[in-house]
Amino acid sequence: MSKENKHLFDEPKNVSRLLLIFFASLVLLLVPDLVHERHTIFAWEEWPEFYPVFGFVACVILVLLAKYVLRPLVKREEDYYDR
Amino acid sequence: MTASLLLHPALIFLAGALLLPLLRGKLQSAWLLLLPVAGFAALLKIAPGTEISARFLNLDLVLFRADRLSLLFGYIFTIISFITAIYVLHVKRSAEYLAGFLYAGAALGAVFAGDLFTFFVCWEMLTIGSILLIWLRRTKAAQGAGFRYLLVHSFGGLLLLAGILMYSREQHSLSFGEIGLSSLSTWLIFLGLGVNCAWPLLHTWLTDAYPEATIGGTVFLSAFTTKTAVYALARAFPGTELLIYIGATMTAFPIFFAVIENDLRRVLAYSLVNQVGFMVVGIGIGTHLAINGAVAHAFNDIIFKGLLFMSMGAVLHRTGKINATDLGGLYKSMPWTAGFCIVGAASISAFPFFSGFVSKSMVMEAAGLKHLSGIWLVLLFASAGVFHHAGIKIPFFAFFSHDAGLQVKEAPLNMLIAMGIAAALCIGIGSYPAPLFAILPFQDVVYQPYHYSHLLSQTQLLFFSALAFTLLLRSGIYPAEIRAINLDSDWLYRKGGRLFATTCAVIFNGLNNLAERLLVKGAVGALCRFARQGPANLASLALTPYWRLRYRKAEAEKENARLHRSFTTGAAGLGIMAAGITLYLLVFFL
Repeated sequence: MSKENKHLFDEPKNVSRLLLIFFASLVLLLVPDLVHERHTIFAWEEWPEFYPVFGFVACVILVLLAKYVLRPLVKREEDYYDR
Repeated sequence: MTASLLLHPALIFLAGALLLPLLRGKLQSAWLLLLPVAGFAALLKIAPGTEISARFLNLDLVLFRADRLSLLFGYIFTIISFITAIYVLHVKRSAEYLAGFLYAGAALGAVFAGDLFTFFVCWEMLTIGSILLIWLRRTKAAQGAGFRYLLVHSFGGLLLLAGILMYSREQHSLSFGEIGLSSLSTWLIFLGLGVNCAWPLLHTWLTDAYPEATIGGTVFLSAFTTKTAVYALARAFPGTELLIYIGATMTAFPIFFAVIENDLRRVLAYSLVNQVGFMVVGIGIGTHLAINGAVAHAFNDIIFKGLLFMSMGAVLHRTGKINATDLGGLYKSMPWTAGFCIVGAASISAFPFFSGFVSKSMVMEAAGLKHLSGIWLVLLFASAGVFHHAGIKIPFFAFFSHDAGLQVKEAPLNMLIAMGIAAALCIGIGSYPAPLFAILPFQDVVYQPYHYSHLLSQTQLLFFSALAFTLLLRSGIYPAEIRAINLDSDWLYRKGGRLFATTCAVIFNGLNNLAERLLVKGAVGALCRFARQGPANLASLALTPYWRLRYRKAEAEKENARLHRSFTTGAAGLGIMAAGITLYLLVFFL
C-alpha cells in the first residue's frame, strides 16, 4: 500500500491484474479433473468438473432466487415495524 | 468437595463477575482478563469423569460433571471469554462487563451441569445475561429487540421446564444424560432446546436481537446461547433423525436472507444460523464421526464467528455505521481489521488451512458415509452459499466495493489484539488440527481432512462460487444493497402481537363500555329509583281504587302527592322496613 492517498485498488490496473490472476487460477483448477481420478463417496463427485459447476450454478441460483423471489416477498420500508 | 467446587469454572466466572463493578481502572481490566485465565487453568486440572454432587431441597443435584464433551465446551467458552475480554477493554463499563461474565458463567454452568435442575437454572441465567447485553446498547431498537428476546426465551424456558418436570417424574431422577424422543415430556425438552438453538421459524430472536446488542455484547452473544443448545442436543438427543432435517433447513434458508440483508451484523447473524445448522445435522446423524464433527465445528465457529463479529464491531465502533449501503473502501484506513476479517471469512468458508475446513467436512463426510445424498447436496449448497454471503459479501462491502469516503482511524489496539488472537487460532487450527482432534469426545474414529480429493474439491467449489459473485457483480445482476428491512417469521409475533393487542382492546374495551352503560348507568340508576319511589308507587297503586271511590279527581291527586312526599321524606320507609322485619321474625320463629 502506498504512502500517499493513492491505495492499492484505486489503480484500475491493479484490479484487472488481480482479476487476471483469479481467472488464471480458475482455469488451472479445471485441469486436475481431466487428469486424475479421485476417491469419492457419491458417484456424481466423479463426474468431471462436478465441484466447479456445482459451486458456480449454486451461487447463481442463490442470488437469482434471493433477488427475484425472496426480496419482492419480504422487503419493507425501514420503519415498517415502528408505524 | 467444597475445595473442588471452588474450582468450578462457572463459579469462578459468576463470583468474579460480581466483584467487577467494585473495581476501577487498571485493576478492573486486570480482573477482567484474569477471570477467563483462572477458569481455563481450573479446567486444565479437571480430569474427565469428575463429578460433584450435592443435596438441595431434597433433590440430588450434580452441580459439576466433567466428561470429554463438557470439557471441550468448557475450553472454548473460557478461550472466547478471554478474547472478548480483551476486545472490550476500552469500553470501561462495569455493567457490560458484569453482564458478559454472568452470561458466560451461566453457559459454563450449563455445560457442566450433571442434572436437569442445575442445567435449567443456568439456562435461564443465560437469558438474563443476554438481555442485559442487548439493553445496554441503550437504543430504542435494542430495547424492543430485548423485550422480544425475553418473550421468546421465556416461552422456550417454560417448554423446557414443563418437559423437565414431567420427565423427572417419569424417570424418578433428575440426571441429565441421553433423553431421546419418546413421550410428550421429551418433546417439550426437545422444543425448549430448539428455541435456543435457533431452529427454523424459531430463529428470529437471534437475527432480530444480535445486531442490536452492544459491540462487545454481540461477540459474547454469538458464542454462548446457540452453542450451549448444541451441547445440550449432543448430550440429550444424539442420533435423533429429525435433527438432520431441521439442521439441513437451517443451513440452507438463512443464506437467501443473508444475500439481501443490508445490516452486516445481521448478515452474520443469518450465517450463524447457517453454521449451527451443520452442527445440528451432525448431532442428528449421531455417528461418532458426526458428533465429533458437530462439536469440532462448534469449537471453530465460536472463534471465527466471534472474529467476524469483532471485525464488524470495530467498523461500527469507528464509523458508527454498519449498513452495507453506508460502508466501503475501509481497507485504506483499517487495513488490519480488514485482514483479520478476511481470515474469519476464509475460516467460515472452509478454505484449506483455515479452521472451518477441518470441521465442517467432518459432518459432510459423516452424511456421505450414511448415504444421505439429499442432505449432503443441501450441505454442499450451503457451503457454497456461506462463502458467498459471509466469505465475500462481508469483507467486500465493508472494506472494498465503492469508497464511502469514511475518514477513520484503525481499530483500537485492544480490539486488534483480540482479533489477532482469534485469527491466529483460525489459521493454527486449520493448519494443524491435531490438538483440536485430540480433545474431541470420540477417539475411536480417525478423520483426515487433508487429502488430495478434499483439498481440490473444496478449492474448486469456493473459487467457482467466487467466479459467480464476480460475474454477477460486474454484470449488475447482483442485488444492490437497499435501505430496507426484510420480513422474517418474527413478523408473526411482531405484527401478530399488535393484532392481538388491538383485538383485545376492541373486545375488552367494548365489554367495559357495555357494562358501564348497562350496569353502572342503567341498572344501578334503576335500582336507586326503585328504592326511592318503588314503595310509594306500590302504595299509591294499592290506594288508587279507594281514592277513586272516596274523592274527586283533583283531591285524589293531592292525596297521591302527599303520599309520595311522606314516603320520600317521612318515616313511612322505616315503618315498612320495621313491618318487614317483624313479619320475617314472626315467620322465622313460628
